[in-house]
Amino acid sequence: MIVANRKPFEEIIEMLKPYSKILLLGCNECVTVCATGGSKEVAVLASEIRLYRQKEGKPVEIGEVTLERNCDPEYVESLKPFIHDYEVVLSMACGCGIQFVGEHYRDRLVLPAVNTTFYGVTEEHGVWTERCQGCGNCILHKTLGICPVTRCAKSIFNGPCGGSQGGKCEVDRDIPCAWHLIVDRYRELNMMDKYLEIQPMKDWSTSRDGGPRKRVREDLKI
Amino acid sequence: MSTQSNLERVLKSGTFAVTSECGPPRGADPEVVKKKGSYLLGYVDCVNVTDNQTSVVRMSSFSACLVLKGVGLDPIMQMVCRDRNRIAMQSDILGAAALGINNLLCLSGDHQKFGDHPTAKNVFDIDSIQLIQTVKGMRDEGRFISGQEVKGKPNIFIGCVENPFADPFEIRALRLAKKAAAGAQFVQTQCVFNVEKFEKWMEMVRDLGIHEKIHILAGITPMKSIGMAQYMKNSVPGMDVPEEQIERLKGVPKEKVTEEGIKIAVETIERVRAIKGVAGVHIMAIEWEEKVQEIVKAAGLHPRP
Ligand code: SF4
Repeated sequence: MIVANRKPFEEIIEMLKPYSKILLLGCNECVTVCATGGSKEVAVLASEIRLYRQKEGKPVEIGEVTLERNCDPEYVESLKPFIHDYEVVLSMACGCGIQFVGEHYRDRLVLPAVNTTFYGVTEEHGVWTERCQGCGNCILHKTLGICPVTRCAKSIFNGPCGGSQGGKCEVDRDIPCAWHLIVDRYRELNMMDKYLEIQPMKDWSTSRDGGPRKRVREDLKI
Repeated sequence: MSTQSNLERVLKSGTFAVTSECGPPRGADPEVVKKKGSYLLGYVDCVNVTDNQTSVVRMSSFSACLVLKGVGLDPIMQMVCRDRNRIAMQSDILGAAALGINNLLCLSGDHQKFGDHPTAKNVFDIDSIQLIQTVKGMRDEGRFISGQEVKGKPNIFIGCVENPFADPFEIRALRLAKKAAAGAQFVQTQCVFNVEKFEKWMEMVRDLGIHEKIHILAGITPMKSIGMAQYMKNSVPGMDVPEEQIERLKGVPKEKVTEEGIKIAVETIERVRAIKGVAGVHIMAIEWEEKVQEIVKAAGLHPRP
């Protein structure tokens, strides 16, 4: 899923300063799963803003809507009948959703209420960690299921670097060293001899470095 | 084919080699580099010039290498993968070779988190092993990474680093084997404080026959103070400082601590020199270059060939 974090309240309040009619938009997909921008979080943020602005003597009207998805035109278009009742949209969807809604309603600004952070997993209840960067050229078969592009702070292909200690990354003692994990897998699978193979340089052209990416399925186009 | 590297000449002659290090200043004054260089002249075979070490902005390694060359030293240009992509790296390799830099040391580089610009974007386009392959490809095959022809091959002696004290320990010799296979001709290790562990690593290295493929220089760092020793032990990732060494520094009167630090460094040189497969030492006297002469002399490694 795409994992996001709510922005600090002060930052949100600052963005909303000029407005008194706000549409607060959530999403039922990833941001709901990572407990950042689903209908529950929309309701909480809406009442926090109302309360704050009430105290400030600048009350606001907030509409609360949570779309099934913000990355699909079908759902985004469902905002049409009422989006113009509001001066601005504050979105708790991921960065994709925030932009996509903005593209559909060019006379309305869509402000981000979250920082979209990574593609990750729920490691345990309340803990999400990063797994993939969408580099466009998967090498997980070569690194035994652990992605060094994402999980090594230096994206090293022939690790671990000299800072790996006690299984932890030099950058943060709370983060496992990706290459320590990979070496563990080599050992578990009796493949240590494979460790000696030098992994070739990566072709980054399939990644963000090659420019914004696009996927087309001609057979699905109407 | 040999390069013009003085280090290569010394190592190939079978003489126990001595290299040291010069950290460029955080400013544009070449006199600082010259001064540091003057302490080392005649006492080392080559001098490493660090590349924005610990991710703190400094005069570029390239420029400081040229300054040192000007005072008669043979510099080893360090290049980290943190700040340059493959285009910039290959370009700098050509530039370095064109201006008579004979040695290149390939490293990953410390993460920018540790430096003075923690908000910077990092590059890590290729890793240190792939950088070694790159230099070798340019020099021996006359090919860029792209496969296109290099017109005027860079004749460079290729070095790398390895940390015998980092984890997982079992792959630390294998990783050196990978670097040697990629084309590294010499390796400078992380500072050796824990000689027993270093011996164990060397045993693994010898079992794999790697010491016959690559010249191994053991890293030596004299402790300036008890505080420095404690900092190295507790705060530098991948550093192994045994408690006894800190105790030993604590055991002497305050004004004798630096002397004791130097003594330990000299003893460590003697101990690593006795290990089969160790071809030299790399003395990293951090911001203490003036002490290198004393260490080299005390270890009986002066004059240099
Ligand atoms: S410690 Fe491990 S994860 Fe961290 S930068 Fe080094 S190799 Fe990568």
